[in-house]
Amino acid sequence: MGAEARKSTGKPTALAGREIASLSAVSHVTVASPGSVVFDLEGVEVHYGAFCAVRGVTLKILEKEITAFIGPSGCGKTTVLRCLNRLNDLISGARVAGGITYRGSDLYGAGVAVTEVRRRIGMVFQKPNPFPTNIFDNIAYGPRINGTRSHGALEAIVEKSLRSAALWDEVKDRLRESALGISGGQQQRMCIARALAVEPEVVLMDEPCSALDPIATARIEDLMRELKRSYTIVIVTHNMQQAARVSDRTAFFTTDRADESRTGYLVECGKTDTIFSNPADERTESYISGRFG
Amino acid sequence: MATAFAGRPAPADHAFRWIAIGSAAIVLVVLGLIAAVMTARSIPALRAMGFEFFVSRRWSPANNVYGALPFMWGTLYTSLIAIAIAGPVSVGVALFITEVAPRWMTRPLVHVIDLLAVVPSVVFGLWGILVLAPTLGRCVLTAGLILGMMVTPIITSLAREVIETTPAAEKEAAFALGATRWEMIWGAVWPHSKSGLVGAVMLGLGRAMGETIAVALTIGSAIGQISINPLKSGNSMPAAIANQWGEAFDLQKSALIALAVLLFAITIAVNLAATAIVLRSRKRSSR
Amino acid sequence: MMRVAHGHPEIACATERTDLRARAGLREAKDAMATVMFGAAVVVVAVPLALVVWALIERGAHVAFESFPAFFTQEIPVVSRRPGPGMGPAILGTLLVTGGGTLIAVPLGILGAVYLNEYGGVSRFARAVRFTAMVMTGVPSIVMGLFVYIGWTVHFGFSAFGGALALACLMVPVVIGSTEQMLRLVPEALREAAYALGATKSRVIVTVVLPAALPGIVSGSLLAVARAAGETAPLLFAVGAATSFNIDFLGGANTALPVQIFDNATSVFVGAQDRAWGAAFTLVLVTFLVTLGARFFALRSALQR
Repeated sequence: MGAEARKSTGKPTALAGREIASLSAVSHVTVASPGSVVFDLEGVEVHYGAFCAVRGVTLKILEKEITAFIGPSGCGKTTVLRCLNRLNDLISGARVAGGITYRGSDLYGAGVAVTEVRRRIGMVFQKPNPFPTNIFDNIAYGPRINGTRSHGALEAIVEKSLRSAALWDEVKDRLRESALGISGGQQQRMCIARALAVEPEVVLMDEPCSALDPIATARIEDLMRELKRSYTIVIVTHNMQQAARVSDRTAFFTTDRADESRTGYLVECGKTDTIFSNPADERTESYISGRFG
Repeated sequence: MATAFAGRPAPADHAFRWIAIGSAAIVLVVLGLIAAVMTARSIPALRAMGFEFFVSRRWSPANNVYGALPFMWGTLYTSLIAIAIAGPVSVGVALFITEVAPRWMTRPLVHVIDLLAVVPSVVFGLWGILVLAPTLGRCVLTAGLILGMMVTPIITSLAREVIETTPAAEKEAAFALGATRWEMIWGAVWPHSKSGLVGAVMLGLGRAMGETIAVALTIGSAIGQISINPLKSGNSMPAAIANQWGEAFDLQKSALIALAVLLFAITIAVNLAATAIVLRSRKRSSR
Repeated sequence: MMRVAHGHPEIACATERTDLRARAGLREAKDAMATVMFGAAVVVVAVPLALVVWALIERGAHVAFESFPAFFTQEIPVVSRRPGPGMGPAILGTLLVTGGGTLIAVPLGILGAVYLNEYGGVSRFARAVRFTAMVMTGVPSIVMGLFVYIGWTVHFGFSAFGGALALACLMVPVVIGSTEQMLRLVPEALREAAYALGATKSRVIVTVVLPAALPGIVSGSLLAVARAAGETAPLLFAVGAATSFNIDFLGGANTALPVQIFDNATSVFVGAQDRAWGAAFTLVLVTFLVTLGARFFALRSALQR
């Protein structure tokens, strides 16, 4: 496995703002600040039944940064991403070995509420997947299940989310129309707004632009830079240039083509500038310079 | 023997084609015969009674007066009881099978439900009359309960199909927002399955309305009764025909045939509407 | 761009861990209740089924197997008050009528489906046939019974053949439907390969398409047979209610298990009721076995839905 380039960031000390209130007695608590560790993965392996999809994943995701997972197809990037919000639980036979902590808590620990995990760690998918109702109800779905009932509050949340997703001006007169009637790029931004409506701390993005045209892609990349100010973002992308444009850190995954088992693994993870200009591992260098993948 | 590419299609090939066409045409012929023959034989009674046939409550073979209303009421009432129970229960079972049950439980569960479909209606009728009726009596409620049991597998199997067309991507979207399973069903499955489920329940309704034997055995064969009380005995169109035919003469026979035609028309209408709804929802989900 | 947070090594981890624990709240309660309701629905369905099966076994099995094989070989007591076996004529009748119906309906149905899928396509005639077949699968059995009476029995009297015809009318639409479904699943590539070798259309169908779809076709046909075996109303009007064995297919009244069950169910005599239970047990057993056969063949079908 290649050397991992990472900055030392100290122990996980970050806490979500909400929890501050219940810990008022503790004096030396720090609010989550840029640079503190959000996810800490140690030796993570994921199995689907007997098949090992990815192994040897050890990396940290830092607060309010954009971390990109890059690499050829089938090397486990999406698998690792889906572990971060425990969406892999939905696949029967999926098992996660190794440690994943989120802000200090074991993500897979006993007694963890999966619904709470997923509310705080949101996800945007490769193809936009709006519900077959209108735009308002799509975005209001999350807040509604979390208990917000009053119409006024819902309207406020919907507007705020759509503004955060840079979609408000385009759809503010069409909120009651079907979400399937807007363009693909707009649908994806609506899905982002829907994810933001439940006030997550992290937004995971699984190749969010792969189904979109270049203009829509550029708009979403701008959006990501905006969102970085308030959320931690992890993005899986096939597009190396996108990773170079947008991310602060990059993790490079690959598989051994000679390896029959097709198990993916992490090669290295580090600052994007470094990975793209002076990677530590020659496999990274080959991929980046286009020699394979 | 022949020059390159010359040749006539073999007569056997032609013959086969015509045999196949003939077999297919038989279906049209039979339905046509049914419609023609039955309608023709029902005319005497319809001519005698006129519009009264459909709205009168009196059914008196002795006086040659025939009003179908009580039978229509009985058919409607028993069928409504049946789907009032079977509808929600079947949808619940379908949701259990598709969303709740662990993998290993799915196939056996489906087989068990399908067992209900295998039991012939006459056996349901037998059970109804000898096991259920001693407690509840031979009445509309008993018939409705038996009908409910009988249409459950149909509605369940169709409901399952409809629910399974929900795109996995949208289920994932709901989960990714932190939804519980029930919230996911309400947010992602239900909007997709709504209309299809309505169609499935309607198909069950059509089946319940046409069921003859089980109802004939359990409903009590009252004449001229229209009552809201489900514990009173009643009658339904198919049951009336089955029970009265043996001793009917002439005009009464014609009246019974008219009942059959009416029943046929109603069930066709319901089944067609239901199929249209289910097909439309299927088309919509495959976007 | 990235600011490094200098760690505070002296802070113990325990106090700073974020709370991901489960909340015992309304949402979880609603979810649990929904799960319970769905499970309850399954119970509501399973219980009556269990009761029916239990009644069949408890009341029917011993009647059928008492002094075996009396139930299957003895004639039906003409005086229904008399207890004791048997239902032999009904069993024979069911075999004759269902077998006859199958012999008529299955070939017709398969050929009709062959027309629809291989020749007809979307032509108006084909669409009319499909529509008609669909409508006919929903015909109330009483309507079919009356039709058989008016169209056949009145002219030719009761007979097993009349019953077979009636059942065939009910079976053909079902066989057409399921067979067409199977034929549609046969990959076009198979047909093309045969055509490319110079086969005529009928040859392709008979030697390639039908064999490929065969397990599925058999499965669908067996299901139609199982349904037909349980039909009562059409037989009431076509076959009559004989009490003695009648092997003559074409002449004379006959009887069948469903008919006997129907007639005896309304009897007040325990003897007759017992025979009804025995007949019901036998009928369900037969239907169940046929259905198992259908499922067996469905599994062997290589065609993927």
